[in-house]
Amino acid sequence: MTRIGIVAELGRETRVAATPATVGQLLGLGYEVVVEKGAGESASFRDDAYEAAGALIVGADDAWGSDVVLRIKPPTEEEIGRLADGATLIGTLSPALRPELVEALAARPITALALDAVPRISRAQSMDVLSSMANIAGYRAVIEAAHEFGRFFTGQVTAAGKVPPAKVLVAGAGVAGLAAIGAASSLGAIVRATDPRPEVADQVKSIGGTYLKVEVEEEMKSADGYAKATSEAYNRRAAEIYSEQARDVDIIITTALIPGRPAPKLLTAEDVAGMKSGSVIVDMAAGQGGNVEGSVAGERVVTENGVVILGYTDLPARLPAQASQLYGTNMLNLLKLLTKEKDGQLRIDFDDVVQRSVTVVRDGEKTWPPPPVQVSAAPTAQTQTTAAEGTAPKKKEGLSAAGKAGLFAAGIAALFVVNTVAPAPLPQHFTVLMLSIVVGFYVIGKVHHALHTPLMSVTNAISGIIVVGALLQVTSENPVMQVLAAVAVLLASINIFGGFAVTRRMLAMFSRGDKARS
Amino acid sequence: MSDTVSGPLTADSIAGAAYIVAALLFILSLAGLSKHEKARAGVIYGIAGMVIALAATVWLTVQGAWGTGHGLTGLILLLAAVLVGGAIGLWRARVVEMTGMPELIALLHSFVGLAAVLVGWNGHLEAPALSPDLMAVHHAEVFIGVFIGAVTFTGSIVAFLKLSARMKSSPLMLPGKNAINLGALVAFVALTVWYVNDSQLWLLIVVTILALGLGWHLVASIGGGDMPVVVSMLNSYSGWAAAAAGFLLNNDLLIITGALVGSSGAYLSYIMCKAMNRSFISVIAGGFGIAAPTTNGDTDHGEHREITAQATAEMLANASSVVITPGYGMAVAQAQYPVAELAHQLRERGVNVRFGIHPVAGRLPGHMNVLLAEAKVPYDIVLEMDEINEDLDGTSVVLVIGANDTVNPAAAEDPSSPIAGMPVLRVWEADNVVVFKRSMAAGYAGVQNPLFYRDNSQMLFGDAKARVEDILRAF
Repeated sequence: MTRIGIVAELGRETRVAATPATVGQLLGLGYEVVVEKGAGESASFRDDAYEAAGALIVGADDAWGSDVVLRIKPPTEEEIGRLADGATLIGTLSPALRPELVEALAARPITALALDAVPRISRAQSMDVLSSMANIAGYRAVIEAAHEFGRFFTGQVTAAGKVPPAKVLVAGAGVAGLAAIGAASSLGAIVRATDPRPEVADQVKSIGGTYLKVEVEEEMKSADGYAKATSEAYNRRAAEIYSEQARDVDIIITTALIPGRPAPKLLTAEDVAGMKSGSVIVDMAAGQGGNVEGSVAGERVVTENGVVILGYTDLPARLPAQASQLYGTNMLNLLKLLTKEKDGQLRIDFDDVVQRSVTVVRDGEKTWPPPPVQVSAAPTAQTQTTAAEGTAPKKKEGLSAAGKAGLFAAGIAALFVVNTVAPAPLPQHFTVLMLSIVVGFYVIGKVHHALHTPLMSVTNAISGIIVVGALLQVTSENPVMQVLAAVAVLLASINIFGGFAVTRRMLAMFSRGDKARS
Repeated sequence: MSDTVSGPLTADSIAGAAYIVAALLFILSLAGLSKHEKARAGVIYGIAGMVIALAATVWLTVQGAWGTGHGLTGLILLLAAVLVGGAIGLWRARVVEMTGMPELIALLHSFVGLAAVLVGWNGHLEAPALSPDLMAVHHAEVFIGVFIGAVTFTGSIVAFLKLSARMKSSPLMLPGKNAINLGALVAFVALTVWYVNDSQLWLLIVVTILALGLGWHLVASIGGGDMPVVVSMLNSYSGWAAAAAGFLLNNDLLIITGALVGSSGAYLSYIMCKAMNRSFISVIAGGFGIAAPTTNGDTDHGEHREITAQATAEMLANASSVVITPGYGMAVAQAQYPVAELAHQLRERGVNVRFGIHPVAGRLPGHMNVLLAEAKVPYDIVLEMDEINEDLDGTSVVLVIGANDTVNPAAAEDPSSPIAGMPVLRVWEADNVVVFKRSMAAGYAGVQNPLFYRDNSQMLFGDAKARVEDILRAF
């Protein structure tokens, strides 16, 4: 049976790759699960909780020797050496940023899956560890800022005077940005947000922020769901906005990241110098070079003018229990995908874009980078525009105006001819027929759609008028005719009585509510 | 009547006057049914018109036949037929489930069709003494009347069988079905000419069989999902059958009534067709059933998310506005009562609850409205598609109960979709969408629904009735 090992993390990492809850479900997939002693300690998951969930507590070597090793942080050289031949390692490997790690992994006959390389398609959302961690980080960034900030977030009017609300600027309205906007606005702050993608404006608004639009003649559309680098003119205008905002706001949270590249510089040293003393900046991109000049990854820096710059890179790890739970669930969902049969056998199918994308190394062979994946979000935007063009011709064109006129004329002519030729009673009948048809159209034209069924059943009852014809024939001298007519009367009677009765029953049910019609 | 040349106050002149009054009452009846407030009065008009027409005709018959032996037999037969027929009709009307309404109406249409056939046959047997010109007209009328009646009869029977699931509801796909339909029509015209020249009984038999076959084929080649159009189309046919009988019997009342029913049914079908973005002609011609090839079956739609009844209840409790969009699935699951209760409870909690009805939801025009009315949902919160579509954008939660194609975003967004251009309820614009569904199977049109894979939609699997009851318990 395939054995999954949950290994302890190194250094300041407090999260763990599986929680007792996800361990239970991993067992359900047919795996055997071992947990390194004390792996979940810092995330408040005790060894006995894992044991209760059905896992075995083992030493570090046993855990690393498992067939599948689950991890959060990328492994060190030494740890890669501890993996058994043919083992599979799953964790966040940042393969795009760390080619040397990919090489090191490929040097061993192992398989390595990067959970942070899941493509951004809706099907893979349940495994998207970047999103789930960004969500936590965004929230935590606000909490860290509030901790440093020596004032209220919310405005108050008290007997001791008025307290203004804090003003927060969130740069980048991705998952982390939106989480930060939501957290800050629910604390009562005035929140503004910037993002090069104008389509996020509604999302920002929906969560309580104000979207600051960068007004340039250009729009950013990203094909893979992540933000891209921006143009000259745009950058100039954006820089102006950041400078203006820096002088005004109390707290800035930057979340701007471009995958595979260093983070863009959004705030210059001058901007930071222009901020009020006591202001706080949280640079969530500090680990990738930072959005703010002067931020240091993992450190708290205080500038000369008293602005605190937090460059923490372990924001998700500061909510370890929940971060582990979400990470563990992402991990579980990936394993579900890899274990379709629930038989405890891990299989990687390269025809599936998700499985292809996460695989960095397969059996000692480097498979990074994967072929690009088009995400669902961008194509829909495109089809929407084509749909707008496409629907118009799609509508039934019918006949041309000339064709219609021709048909109409032909119909009128035919009616004329029939009536000139037809013997005595026919023209009168046609008159009656014509007028009735016209009346029928006009009478029905305004029917409320809710009454369509009662209308149908009443017209149905009325069409039972055919009984009149049968009645006139029932007293015929021919017995065959009598019987046929009687059967017709019987059928038509069912129609008349049934139709009216059922219509009455239906109409009795329609009732108006207590509320007046608005 | 036009053919009766007689003095004032004869049986004929009185009957003629009564027919005119009855015709007027029928027009008033249809007009009354266009508004809720006047609908009940409309039915009264209809009944009054029918009573007057029947009384006049019966009196006319009695007058003519009184005293003769065969007349007495006829009257006894008449009385028995009306009593039995009336009893059956009233009984069916009393016991029918509102969800079974489409079947009942389809069946009733078939009766009109069959009655028209019988009247036509009698027209042949009767053979009145007429001038050659009029005789030809008479024969043509017999033929046309029988043809329309027979088409209506079998068409309605097939619709009834499909609606009551006694027959597979998928469209019958005979090779060259258009040729079959067209061939039947051509044969009908040829036979008519023949019959007018030489009125043989066997010709009438042949045309009856031909029409029965045509009616069967016409409706059999239409999928069950398009039944709203078919039922109202058959309603129209039954009207034309009555009008044809009116020509045959020189009876203006039949012509007027038949034309009223025929044109109103046709107009109703036209409304339905517009709602589905279909050509009216192709419906009348039959066999327009969507042979929707599931071309995009392999498309990666992503993954759907499931939700529990408990979570749905919480979501609803926190919502400020809720829109419920029911479909045929609600009728199948008989879920209208729990749905109405749900709407009621939410309204008590101050949630703005409304219903959004697609014009072709269900299997009968207005089907959903009848079901909701049965469950005592006030009709002023039941809105039609155009009324509700604007508001869906700001709605907190949309509950899609047993609907599929009528809420399919592909119709609006994917020009290659088989249902492209069909107006749909834009439920995906709401903040949250909960879809009640038995499985992930495609809808009636056989088109996969991208709605299920949207980020804001969640699936609540299971029997709609049971799930809604679960939500009610969770409150």
